[in-house]
Amino acid sequence: MQDMQKKRLPLRRRAYAAAMIALMGAAVILTCALTVFFIGYVLSKGLPNITWELLSTSPSYLKETVGILPDIRNTLVIVLATLVIVLPFGVGAAVYLNEYAENRRLVSLIEYAAETLSGIPSIIYGLVGMLVFQQFLGMQTSLLCGALTLAIMNLPTILRNTQESLKTVPQAYREGAFGLGAGKWRTIRTVVLPGCVDGIITGCILAVGRILGESAALLFTAGFAHALNGCLGLMSSGATLTVALYVYAKEQGEFGVAFAIAAILMVMTVLMDLAAVLVGRFFEKRRNA
Amino acid sequence: MKSKMHLGEDAIRGVFMLLGMVTVACVLLITVYLILAGVPAIREIGLGPFLLGRVWASTAAEPKFGILPFILTSLYGTAGAIVLGVPVGFFTAVYLAKVAGERTRRVVGAAVSLLAGIPSVVYGLVGMMVLVPGVRELFGLSDGASLFSAMVVLSVMILPSIVKMSLTALEAVPREYEDASLALGATPMETYFRVSVPAARSGIAAAVVLGVGRAIGEAMAVMMVSGNVANMPSLFQSVRFLTTAVASEMSYSAEGSLQRKALFSIALVLFLFIMLINAVLNALLKRSREG
Repeated sequence: MQDMQKKRLPLRRRAYAAAMIALMGAAVILTCALTVFFIGYVLSKGLPNITWELLSTSPSYLKETVGILPDIRNTLVIVLATLVIVLPFGVGAAVYLNEYAENRRLVSLIEYAAETLSGIPSIIYGLVGMLVFQQFLGMQTSLLCGALTLAIMNLPTILRNTQESLKTVPQAYREGAFGLGAGKWRTIRTVVLPGCVDGIITGCILAVGRILGESAALLFTAGFAHALNGCLGLMSSGATLTVALYVYAKEQGEFGVAFAIAAILMVMTVLMDLAAVLVGRFFEKRRNA
Repeated sequence: MKSKMHLGEDAIRGVFMLLGMVTVACVLLITVYLILAGVPAIREIGLGPFLLGRVWASTAAEPKFGILPFILTSLYGTAGAIVLGVPVGFFTAVYLAKVAGERTRRVVGAAVSLLAGIPSVVYGLVGMMVLVPGVRELFGLSDGASLFSAMVVLSVMILPSIVKMSLTALEAVPREYEDASLALGATPMETYFRVSVPAARSGIAAAVVLGVGRAIGEAMAVMMVSGNVANMPSLFQSVRFLTTAVASEMSYSAEGSLQRKALFSIALVLFLFIMLINAVLNALLKRSREG
């Protein structure tokens, strides 16, 4: 029946359908080809350059060797510091919006602010971070300064994911807790927050992905240093992997090192993506069980 | 006893409210600081010469601070990225939303979200090593680092957001619309493109606006492929964007100098563009939610 219908369609309509199918096919193939090319190219150029020496040493001008150990450490420190700073604010704001707020206008003001924050480009975060934390508060170019800047930047991510997850905590849980005599805070602490762990974790994973890839916001706040200062070096300047990639590629012409870092970043991106999917699946299973 | 507990609850409520207001405070902080830092140089240079001046020579003996080249480059670069990126993203989204089977959907969806997660410096690096030499060969230029290369890189970078957002909009189209169209004898393709797409148009428009915001705000990848000379924009010449103008001179400009102040003014101009784009985006999203 459908075949017959197709045959009776005028040529113009059949051509339209064919053209649309062709365009969609081309677009999908292009999208997939781009992804495969990016991953394949970066890994094939980068993986051969990853050596134990590269990963485990600091750069030395005397021996003329390049090592990215400080950059790896700086990246980890920045990721952890940012999460520690942003979590209370992001989760707290989400709890306020979902559990406490009664004023509709205040809610939409906060939500609008969060949307605005997520639209601001990272170079502007970098500038404002430099102005506020360095010129106004008198901090040095340091990892802490970078982490504070990234915390503002990732606030909307944590807030939104926690909020989405809070909405899925059944109202009956709260009523049950209230019915047993728990106060509001006790209910939030013992019933609501444990129920939205999945959203918080998903938010963290997304934030980590974003921090790993961030460079423009860190150039002027965390700086370029490649040395291992102190044990954590929170108060000293340091390049993360992305900033180091930029410096090696654009300013020093060390493309081998740049591709090695790019490959590491690529693998971490894939892992973060995978982690987000797995976490989502794990919590969905637990919820349905 | 009761009132003490009440007091505690009120205090906690206050703490959470403060945490909520931090978000608003951050936006205010950014706005106020950019205005405070950006206005002095504009006053000194004059709004007209600053915005419409065609020459940027910040370190010359007689410095000139005209940012028209940067503004136009950012606008052209963004427009180019949209022209190249939106059709691909749009057709991919329609395919994923309406035609693809469950497995294709999952595989292509994973590819798109991978593309979204790639750091911008990696885009810049691949652009530098593959695209820039390619453009030089293809068009017989002396240097491939140009506005065109930046457009191509930006179009790839905005692709994932366009796909994802259009996809969400297309999936929200009520099934009944499509069923009605099919029942009236329209082919599936006619249904998708003449019923589903128009029904999702606010969401798709929002996707395009989001892409505009991403493209105009991107700094590092563009810096690596656009050559970074303050020319008036031309497709195959080395150019400088609003973002890269800030990034490239900030590290060596002296604190308190007119050069540095002018860089903050450029950031303020960029910020105003972004706020405008955000306002449009929010309006579109609101309309798309209301159907």
